[in-house]
Amino acid sequence: MGFKEFCFKKSLWLFHFAGASCNNCDIEILDCLTPRYDVERFGMVLVGSVRHADVLLVNGSINQRDKSRLLEIYEQAPKPLVVVAIGACGCTGGIFAEGDTFAGPVDKIIPVDAYIPGCPPKPEAILAGIVKLLNK
Amino acid sequence: MAEQLFYFLIYPGLLFAAVVGAFLSWYDRKITAWVQFRKGPPLFQPFYDFFKLLLVKETILPKHGSKGVFLAAPIFAVFGASIAGVFILLPLLGIESGFKGDIIVIFYLLTIPSLTYIIGALATGNPLAAVGGSREMKLILSYELTFILVLAGIIQKAGMSISLNEIISLQVLNGVFGGSLSGIILFIVFIFCIQAKLALVPFDAPEAETEIAGGIMIEYSGTPYAMIKLAKYIMFFILPAFLIGLLWGGLNFEGINILWSILKILFVVLLLTLIRNTNPRVKIKQAVRYFLVWMNLLAIIAIVLSYFGL
Ligand code: SF4
Repeated sequence: MGFKEFCFKKSLWLFHFAGASCNNCDIEILDCLTPRYDVERFGMVLVGSVRHADVLLVNGSINQRDKSRLLEIYEQAPKPLVVVAIGACGCTGGIFAEGDTFAGPVDKIIPVDAYIPGCPPKPEAILAGIVKLLNK
Repeated sequence: MAEQLFYFLIYPGLLFAAVVGAFLSWYDRKITAWVQFRKGPPLFQPFYDFFKLLLVKETILPKHGSKGVFLAAPIFAVFGASIAGVFILLPLLGIESGFKGDIIVIFYLLTIPSLTYIIGALATGNPLAAVGGSREMKLILSYELTFILVLAGIIQKAGMSISLNEIISLQVLNGVFGGSLSGIILFIVFIFCIQAKLALVPFDAPEAETEIAGGIMIEYSGTPYAMIKLAKYIMFFILPAFLIGLLWGGLNFEGINILWSILKILFVVLLLTLIRNTNPRVKIKQAVRYFLVWMNLLAIIAIVLSYFGL
């Protein structure tokens, strides 16, 4: 592993994109930042602007309206960018998959690097997914 | 010439100040984590952040903005911070005595980073950055008067000497200024000025992450953002060092004194961190009033007290 890649993996800044979710995944993502799980141990922080982001966390089902916004956010982010789909909705569409306004799971719109399934995934599962991503 | 370049680029300028500042910023994050019962980032986290931004990330330029100014602003911020660092640290580390009137020069140099952030933010054409820029400008207008009043108080205590080296040697001879009543008041006001200069909570309205998504920094990515980080690391070291030089008798690196000097810096940064962790963000209106009324009042009281020798 080169120096560049090492620095990148040691300092992943997260940007949270919530689609039309039921809000439960959002809460579980925020759980990862709390004292009990503390992702800052791995150098991860939540940033406010997508220009600073290294990881795009996408959760919730993506409907027709979200689609263009997700694409725009993805294009605004500086590359290299890691995209993580969180929750059953993010990975496959989950319970919204047959809805009229559903615009396809995340990986039909932008390339996804990691899937963390669950409805909602436990914070432990999210951490496990991130650790797997770091060791990839 | 070679000597000056060495002073500017390596010790005590750019490289030394940046490395110490990076460790201090780790210390700040670690203390923050402890306050919140978390474990906190690893020791080299600030370096990882810096090198990631510098080497790995793509730089995105604003489409509807002035690209040259956008890119030049962070470089000027680094220059301003490191020149101010050289002027502060040379007398503080006892390398050179500086010149008469260097406090005035340092005062002006210390505003350069904030000014360049504003220029860079306004060059992006992003409305949120413009909001952040205007807030930062208001903040500068309010704390700068307080800052110069504090410096005036210190200069008066030093018998109208405006050289950092003379102020430090006076304190070494006659005891530190921070020990008297007026010195303690000046110290408190100075700490709040540093807090505002570094744009830390409660005075982080220009960068408010949750509200205007990074404000003045919103459009920066990649290498220019790494430069801004660098300037911030440097400022994080030289401002507490300036405070220690003016009120706590400077640093001393002989024998056991080295431990004492390090403790002084760590204590000042600890104060800054605790203030930032125990306060909510204030609105820009409240911040302006806080400085223009209360902090100025305190500084003037301190000047009057020191006039009577207290
Ligand atoms: S995956 Fe489940 S918990 Fe998460 S947003 Fe969808 S429905 Fe809600």
